Amino acid sequence: MNEQEALFEYLLRLGDNALILGHRLSEWCGHAPALEEDLALSNVALDLIGQTQLWLNLAGTVEGKGRDADKLAYLRDARDFRNVLLVEQPNGDFAVTMARQLYFDAWHYLLLQGLMSSKDSRVAEIAAKSLKEVTYHLERSREWVLRLGDGTEESHRRMQDALDDLWMYTGELFESDAVDQEMARAGIGPDVSTLHEPWLGLMRATAQEATLTLPQPGWAQRGGKQGIHSEHLGYILADLQFLQRAYPNATW
Amino acid sequence: MTPTVTRPSLDQIRSWLAEVPDPEVPAVSVMDLGIVRDVQWQDDELVVAITPTYSGCPATSVIALDVEMALRARGIDRLKVERRLSPPWTTDWITEDGRRKLEAYGIAPPAGKAQSPSPFDRFLRSTPPVIKCPRCGSDKTFRVSEFGSTPCKAQYQCRDCLEPFDYFKCI
Repeated sequence: MNEQEALFEYLLRLGDNALILGHRLSEWCGHAPALEEDLALSNVALDLIGQTQLWLNLAGTVEGKGRDADKLAYLRDARDFRNVLLVEQPNGDFAVTMARQLYFDAWHYLLLQGLMSSKDSRVAEIAAKSLKEVTYHLERSREWVLRLGDGTEESHRRMQDALDDLWMYTGELFESDAVDQEMARAGIGPDVSTLHEPWLGLMRATAQEATLTLPQPGWAQRGGKQGIHSEHLGYILADLQFLQRAYPNATW
Repeated sequence: MTPTVTRPSLDQIRSWLAEVPDPEVPAVSVMDLGIVRDVQWQDDELVVAITPTYSGCPATSVIALDVEMALRARGIDRLKVERRLSPPWTTDWITEDGRRKLEAYGIAPPAGKAQSPSPFDRFLRSTPPVIKCPRCGSDKTFRVSEFGSTPCKAQYQCRDCLEPFDYFKCI
């Protein structure tokens, strides 16, 4: 794999993480526990979809085959998606959504911070823009985990269950494969394994403050970055891609 | 006889753009918000660079269209509106005049200066800033939600006059 091919794969990962999590969050629209949360979840989704456009348009440029963000989002099948497994997990209850968000936001923040010093100025620009938004996402998801963990008996139980259930999807975030290694070698992206310690530090401190127990590092589910997904992604794409599949090239 | 082509001055163009309202917060103009990053003549083509406030903000394409229409209405035919991502937009670019207009409109302007990137440990000691009520001026307000009617705002309420209001987030 040469540097350009690796960069294309890497940009798909960045774009697909934002796209799939953005879609998941948009599923809450009209269903959130309070109007303010409905607005907030939709706004976080909007930020992520905006970032998706930036990453996937750049991916299409790097690939050089005339595909733009829309073509990449709407006309690839599950096997060609490169998002981590964590972001495609179902919304569950509000605690599951917030646990998924906290795990992702903290990692996303550290990754974008690393990407800001990318040797590829196009990557660095998108990272700098996104980081401002993600900072706010992380503040919010952390506050919700604190509030639910240190809340009622039921919210505590649900928050603990959510942290436990999603834990096995966090290992993949810090595993470096050939694409990550090529990007680190080329100075385009950070070595993802170096993000693990600061991430764990924030997770431990947050769990402690929330009177929760952070699970122990253990066996990890993996495969999303290489296109091996859980059964959930197909259902997401059926929903997300329906219009372009049923009415090819439809616009408004 | 051919009409004489005159290029309006950049100051003139900026003053025209200062009349283009933001589509979602019409009390302020695209100049007040610092969305217009650059205006320059390249030969006889006018190039206007605009930057998105938030990457997913749906107003960005409307703003590009509004800028274009406003300038065409002034007779500028050769025009290019460019989207510029870097440096990323910050609320520090909102003018003093823009801040006053926001407050008069009932939206609390951003408090303090933006910090980006933030040190990672800030997340352990973050406290929401004190926001002054745009209606009665009290600083006894509290945050209702981190987000409001648009990505750029949060929802607050005043404990003294009970006014619910938007706060323009500092980023």
